[in-house]
Amino acid sequence: MEYFVELFLGGLTRGSIYALIALGYTMVYGIIQLINFAHGEIYMIGAFTALIISSVLSLLGLNTIAIFVIASFVAVIYSSAYGFTVEKIAYKPLRHAPRLSALISAIGMSMFLYNYVLLAQTSDFLPFPNNIPEFKFMEPYSHIFSSTELVILTTTTVVMILLGLLIKCTRIGKAMRATAQDRDMAMLVGIDVNRVISVTFVVGSATAALGGVLIASHIGQINYFIGFIAGIKAFVAAVLGGIGSVPGAVLGSFVLGWTESFATGYVSSDYEDVFAFIFLVLILIFRPAGILGRSTAEKV
Amino acid sequence: MLEVKNIETFYGNIQALKDVSIQVSEGEIITLIGANGAGKTTTLMSISGIVPPRFGEIYFMGKPIHKMSPNNIVSLGISQVPEGRRIFPYLTVLENLDMGAFLRNDTENIKRDMEYIFELFPLLAQRRRQPGGTLSGGEQQMLAISRAIMARPRLLLLDEPSLGLAPIIIRQIFDIITKINRENKTTIFLVEQNANLALKVANRGYVMENGRITISDSAQSLLSNDKVRKAYLGL
Ligand SMILES: Nc1ncnc2c1ncn2[C@@H]1O[C@H](COP(=O)(O)OP(=O)(O)OP(=O)(O)O)[C@@H](O)[C@H]1O
Ligand SMILES: [Mg+2]
Repeated sequence: MEYFVELFLGGLTRGSIYALIALGYTMVYGIIQLINFAHGEIYMIGAFTALIISSVLSLLGLNTIAIFVIASFVAVIYSSAYGFTVEKIAYKPLRHAPRLSALISAIGMSMFLYNYVLLAQTSDFLPFPNNIPEFKFMEPYSHIFSSTELVILTTTTVVMILLGLLIKCTRIGKAMRATAQDRDMAMLVGIDVNRVISVTFVVGSATAALGGVLIASHIGQINYFIGFIAGIKAFVAAVLGGIGSVPGAVLGSFVLGWTESFATGYVSSDYEDVFAFIFLVLILIFRPAGILGRSTAEKV
Repeated sequence: MLEVKNIETFYGNIQALKDVSIQVSEGEIITLIGANGAGKTTTLMSISGIVPPRFGEIYFMGKPIHKMSPNNIVSLGISQVPEGRRIFPYLTVLENLDMGAFLRNDTENIKRDMEYIFELFPLLAQRRRQPGGTLSGGEQQMLAISRAIMARPRLLLLDEPSLGLAPIIIRQIFDIITKINRENKTTIFLVEQNANLALKVANRGYVMENGRITISDSAQSLLSNDKVRKAYLGL
């Protein structure tokens, strides 16, 4: 039973990280019907930024909680700026071009970004310091659920709630929903669609960067290629849940997280990825639009 | 108020509008009639900035708008009820109306305007919490017009509001259009295939064929124009 709980919680943690990344895929897809292949790289850049900032700050002798908070904050800002810029450079000029052009541009952007980090940094795995504190009250459970995992889960929950409020209640959120449902009509009621698209990229990049910092803290090492793997997994989660749907991305992420966790725990860790994809294929056979996807519009 | 001067609009290499000029004075109802594919929708989309003209100019209240982005054009006071209604399907009736008022922040007046709309269309009031996509065609047209009114436009562009509706609903919608024109002094630019109906409520009319304006006259004269009678009134 305890093993089950451990796997369950482990799946929840994985799912949280996938969700933080999958949100960016699904929101961007919802607004401009583009699969932003460079999204995983934004997550990777978030982790690298946090690593650099953490190293500098620890030389200055700050305490670990302050380092974690500041590094996360800077990583989020920096990655958001990247997301914003990628859209302006690689996608906006192709807004009216055939869908495939933008997709190729996205793949190109992804390769450019990880190669750039590869050249600027190194191809080796770099150790990533875990500056998340060990909580006293977590001690009795630390063998099945660490403080870091608790922080990951809590942060994700808070981010989801904030994002839900943003989409549901704010002016920009309403503009996002309207744009996802009918872009030209959104323009006809006076929505600045370029701004909506920029905000979508910024928000998606911010959550991905946060995911990058959290998982790097948990796993303890990063390299230039982590964005590719995590990006594909999160993309699978988004498709699983129904690409374009925000609740779908979250649900798909948890489903994927649990599948991987239980498959690894009860069957074999060698087949972790295989199970995820078998599950994906099965769900898409029975629900081609994904678990919560609609065959037509509403995406955000 | 609105001056469209020799515009030429393209979709890629396909030219949809050729040397189109239209003038609308404040307070008027003008109508643009023409067969399928004549370029009526393209004309409205050019004015709204969704498909900007490649050549020519458009002025609204003296300001050039042909290079403005659609949201800025809306903020000057031009709203459109597009062809096919284009209701946001997963937003409720209330949220759709709210989107119409997107550029306004006078909360009190917005509320009052909503009440006004629910008086105009009691049916919409009953369905206020229902997703827009679940309304009937007639209800959606009412909602589309209401959404445009929520912006308090000075110029209202309407693209075939009668399309696919029962005669009694069409009558109701045209009554409302003339009412908006009379009571709110909203200038109306009405695109219609139902020429008979359109020419009865309009002051002036334009006839469009293959992307060109071929006739422009008072609504009265158009109703008795032989060519118009034959081609568009089925007489
Ligand atoms: N998105 C588009 N891409 C390419 N060509 C288009 C596009 N939209 C319209 N056209 C072409 O432009 C011309 C004018 O079309 P438009 O929709 O303005 O006509 P319309 O007068 O509104 O017709 P209807 O009465 O059928 O609505 C047509 O030949 C049409 O095929
Ligand atoms: Mg048309």
